[in-house]
Amino acid sequence: MDELIRSVLGDHARLHVEATAVGDDQDLYSVGLTSHASVTVMLALEDAFGVEFPDSLLNRQTFSSVSRIRAALAELGVGAGPGDSPGLATGSGGR
Amino acid sequence: MGAAMGIDSAGVRVGIDVVSVSEVEAAVARFGPRYERLLFTDGERDDAPPAPRSRAESLAARFAAKEAAFKVLRPAPGGAPRWRDVEVRRHPQGWCEILLRGGAASLARQAGLGRWSVSLTHHGDVAAAVVAAVEGPAAWTS
Repeated sequence: MDELIRSVLGDHARLHVEATAVGDDQDLYSVGLTSHASVTVMLALEDAFGVEFPDSLLNRQTFSSVSRIRAALAELGVGAGPGDSPGLATGSGGR
Repeated sequence: MGAAMGIDSAGVRVGIDVVSVSEVEAAVARFGPRYERLLFTDGERDDAPPAPRSRAESLAARFAAKEAAFKVLRPAPGGAPRWRDVEVRRHPQGWCEILLRGGAASLARQAGLGRWSVSLTHHGDVAAAVVAAVEGPAAWTS
């Protein structure tokens, strides 16, 4: 799951650093994530993991770190067991 | 020097935000209506020109206005309103106005902020918005 999260961040978060180098709990907003980029990250995560974020998770905190994104995805059932492999990854988005 | 006066004690709050037009253009191209419907009201989408760059300029300025309004509203962590709860509507005579609904309206009511004003601008790839609100009777619902 982490590899795909970081792939989405690399394609959409527009961070000042490589997404692969970001610490699990590092504040993504401190390395360049903007409110607008967090929206595109969320939409790309939906595509990559085949989930839909409910309004209750659409807030700044949900996308503030890799660990929080992982927790939100877990809340949506990703990583809950066999068959959770994404398979819906769409690769890099058009920039 | 006289005693310092806090912004809140003057009954005025101001928020500002900037957004990259090209990032909005890329998001519209990549995610299409799903992106637009998440962030913008029917009225905002209807007002935006169809040409991709012009549409991105319009939507970027409106996204900046929503974020600026959130700064004025000062929601608790995790308690931000939905983006569609803040709407920018263009007055027939040219200027823009802010309309609040749902969670945004609730926060404004709690803060006693009844009179709102917004100004939008573009320059190159940057769209910007300033939102100001003052205490008073609510005049911001549709």
